[in-house]
Amino acid sequence: MREPQLVAPWPRSLRAQLRVELLLLLRQPENLLVILVLPVLLLALFAGARIFPAGAGRPADFLIPGVITVALMSTGMVTLGISTAYQRYYRVLKRLGGSPLPTFVLVLAKAGAVLLVEVGQVALLLVIGRLFFGWSGEVLGALPLMLLGSVCFAGLGLTLAGALRAELTLGGANGLYLLFLVVGGVVLPIDHLPGWLQPVAGALPPALLSSALRAALGSTAQTGSTVLLLALWTVVLAGSASLLFRWE
Amino acid sequence: MVSLRGVTKSYGPRRGVMDLDLEVAEGELLAVLGPNGAGKTTSLEIMEGYRRPDRGTVRVLGLDPVRDRRRCIPQLGIMLQEGGVYPSLAVGEAVRLFAAYFANPVPPEELLQLVGLSDRARSRYRTLSGGERQRLSLALALVGRPRVLFLDEPTAGMDPRARLLTWEAVREQRRRGVTVLLTTHSMEEAERLADRVAIINQGRLVALDTPSALIGAGGGGVVELETIEALTPEGEARLLALASVERSREVAPGRYLVRTASPPQALVEIASLLRDEGPPVLRLQVGGGSLEEVFLELTGGSE
Repeated sequence: MREPQLVAPWPRSLRAQLRVELLLLLRQPENLLVILVLPVLLLALFAGARIFPAGAGRPADFLIPGVITVALMSTGMVTLGISTAYQRYYRVLKRLGGSPLPTFVLVLAKAGAVLLVEVGQVALLLVIGRLFFGWSGEVLGALPLMLLGSVCFAGLGLTLAGALRAELTLGGANGLYLLFLVVGGVVLPIDHLPGWLQPVAGALPPALLSSALRAALGSTAQTGSTVLLLALWTVVLAGSASLLFRWE
Repeated sequence: MVSLRGVTKSYGPRRGVMDLDLEVAEGELLAVLGPNGAGKTTSLEIMEGYRRPDRGTVRVLGLDPVRDRRRCIPQLGIMLQEGGVYPSLAVGEAVRLFAAYFANPVPPEELLQLVGLSDRARSRYRTLSGGERQRLSLALALVGRPRVLFLDEPTAGMDPRARLLTWEAVREQRRRGVTVLLTTHSMEEAERLADRVAIINQGRLVALDTPSALIGAGGGGVVELETIEALTPEGEARLLALASVERSREVAPGRYLVRTASPPQALVEIASLLRDEGPPVLRLQVGGGSLEEVFLELTGGSE
């Protein structure tokens, strides 16, 4: 049977899809709030707070890894999770499933859009940290960790989107976000939490990522078990995300 | 072009389709008519490859739409009943996005012209009216120059002008040799557009013919109705009050022959009456029972 070329070469679909996914992430004011405004605000607010142990370096050494963690949560868990759930609700995913767009191109486009946004977030936070809060650290070595954390939070967001209806994903992702801001060791050190809560909080992805980032960005010693546990979370959450994914 | 043989798909009791047989020729426009919940969308989604039937075979362009999805899908134009577009995407952006999926798409400007949305190109999807959303969805179905077009209630909620425009766009596709399957509630739409009409009720095909044959050459016809239990007197009165029903005769308990000027309209009206008020229908079809019963009905009819 003759097979005329009906479908566009995939790099062309990918470029178009990536452009649209990026546009949609940045077009919603509520997305910009969690992606950009909140992490910067947290950095600015907590840099002046007197809650950090004396002699542990500048507040920025604690805060920069924390707000990078917050930024990755904002984009991967909150924004990607909620937008995916609503794209299913509005039957966008179903319609794309009835188009020649290959699934891997859709996945690449979404991942690419999220990563580009995150690169922007991290760069912005680092620049602000350097300019205003005297932060100085080495970033390159921490990039693999940021990528791992990014996949972990994207997996969590997509797991919520796959398991729950759109409205519940909205509530669930925002609820977890608030919870993680408090118990994630991101802007508030874990040892300020009640004793019984500390081991639980410390084993959750935000605390693992922020403490691993603190080590990688040079202010504390890295512990292998932290990274290992974060990698384990990432495998589990990426797996559940792909198992639970539904087109409609 | 499209063929269903013995296709069955059930979602629990009284949902889905049963033993559907259908052959649609190349370039034909088939309208699928029936009340809500009759199985119109399910039938379409089986042909589009969204649903795998429990039993039976489906062929679209000679391919299995589920197993050969990658070869099949680029040749299909799909319009869902609603939604399907990112709400914060603009009309022009959506059309350009879908155009980027195809090697040789219809130019976006031409497409927007065709569905009458040129002046809305910069409007976000969420700001469109229901009819405008439908027309954008039609444009997205057409962008890849499909050979088979599946339209699920394409004119639902449209004002008369938009409906005429949509009808013209659909006719134009048919003139170009595209095979079209569309679902509708509207007898008028089916009559105006379709080469043949399939009437589905409670998941079963109850009639399949040209509009003129279904309507009968002015003479009307007989519809046979069988219900689980006999209609109450009030039920019978409601049946007789339907616009399309001339008279009805109970030939056996729970079994009626209904005389009508328009069998397809009677099928639709009776189906929706009994769906809302019961009793459940065992059989509803054009032409009734045995010759003797038809003869009795035609000659001796009650009331």
